[in-house]
Amino acid sequence: MTTRMPLQLPDAEALCAALADAMRAHVDPAATALVGIHTGGVWVAERLHAALGLKIPPGSMDVSFYRDDYHQRGLRANAKTSQIPFDVEGAHIVIVDDVLYTGRTIRAALNELFDYGRPARIDLAVLVDRGGRELPIAPSFCPHTLSLAAAQTLELERAADGGLAFRLVEK
Amino acid sequence: MSTFGRQSNPQLNSHGELQHLLTIEGLPRDVLTRILDTAAPFSEVAEREVKKVPLLRGKSVFNLFFENSTRTRTTFEIAAKRLSADVINLNINTSSASKGETLLDTADNLAAMQADMFVVRHASSGAPYLIAQHLAATGRDHIHVVNAGDGRHAHPTQGLLDMYTIRHYKADFTRLTVAIVGDLLHSRVARSQIHGLLTLGVPEVRVIGPKTLLPTGVERLGVRVFNDMREGLRGVDVIMMLRLQNERMQGALLPSTQEYFKSWGLTPEKLALAKPDAIVLHPGPMNRGVEIDSAVADGGQAVILPQVTFGIAVRMAVMAMLAGN
Repeated sequence: MTTRMPLQLPDAEALCAALADAMRAHVDPAATALVGIHTGGVWVAERLHAALGLKIPPGSMDVSFYRDDYHQRGLRANAKTSQIPFDVEGAHIVIVDDVLYTGRTIRAALNELFDYGRPARIDLAVLVDRGGRELPIAPSFCPHTLSLAAAQTLELERAADGGLAFRLVEK
Repeated sequence: MSTFGRQSNPQLNSHGELQHLLTIEGLPRDVLTRILDTAAPFSEVAEREVKKVPLLRGKSVFNLFFENSTRTRTTFEIAAKRLSADVINLNINTSSASKGETLLDTADNLAAMQADMFVVRHASSGAPYLIAQHLAATGRDHIHVVNAGDGRHAHPTQGLLDMYTIRHYKADFTRLTVAIVGDLLHSRVARSQIHGLLTLGVPEVRVIGPKTLLPTGVERLGVRVFNDMREGLRGVDVIMMLRLQNERMQGALLPSTQEYFKSWGLTPEKLALAKPDAIVLHPGPMNRGVEIDSAVADGGQAVILPQVTFGIAVRMAVMAMLAGN
């Protein structure tokens, strides 16, 4: 049996601020739209929307209907309704998620987004890249990288006061 | 290896997941709630530029209609197509069955064509169950069966879309009084509605109709029986009208449709006895001037067209849940 070094989890609040700083020069407050992926990505998108002073209300997506593991695992319970409150056609969109891992969720999100229209440009913003990619997908904005074992999951949680924090789940 | 018949509910697999949808009766509340919850995100798909999601891509859904129903068949077809399935429609009363093929031979032949799902409408109660049982007994339980209406027994997707509609407008089932009005005797829809409403916690379900069109012993299902429409409608939150099924009637159950309308038709004057914010449902097709007045059918309390729209989302949810289990 191996013992792991205790992992110092990143500060989610500090990463939200760092992510907004990294994006600021690359967004147009009047024209850039955010789409958060349920559930953590929606929280991060809300933070970025406020921090960057964007005019277009943020969208949200639940990619359950586009996941590539449906035939192995079935339809996920508690699928949420996707809401895209702006015209995707010709838009500059930033997909927002909390943690980037295999890239399969982002693949599903890209497919879903194109069913609303043809965006001019899509970027990807995440708080943490934890490695382990299985598809050729890279973030446009990412303030933190770390390496986790396959049995570990990094989950973003929101407290009753709205504060965001990471939690490490060992399987 | 099949376990059909040995488990408590033939619709559920060994993990308690929905394998077939044959009837609402006996389905646990959490399964019903999960179907309604899953239907909500599917209703948004219809708002998109591309009204399709890829869940059932490459799957073949066979609509086996041994009894005609353009509307139900069409909504199942739209639902399957919005899930990206390939849909094959068979109106069997005009084809094989008239040449003498049995129900199970028809199912076997279509299974041999790599069917993934059968949507079955049949004039005989139990036909979809028989097909599901046969598939399990022959080791083909990867094929899912959806009951699209069997005899007088059940029409579970209609019952579910009615529950979805009620929840959409009324939110909390546990504070409602719901009336089901009309020809319950011939109605598989009414049976599915009663089981759905009681399972979801509606404290008072009333059935209202002439004695000749109420099944004997209907009160044993846990409903209150009224033979006076005005009395039955007093203070209800939801009115579920049923279609007068003239085509299924034999003998003198009714005097005339005019007489029926006078006693059992929903008019604005009778609707006024219900709560002011009561909603009116009807499974269609409507007989205007028989069970419902046009002023009610086209009025502000009718939610009959939203029922049709919600029906597609509910059928998408059912098919997506089955095909993934």
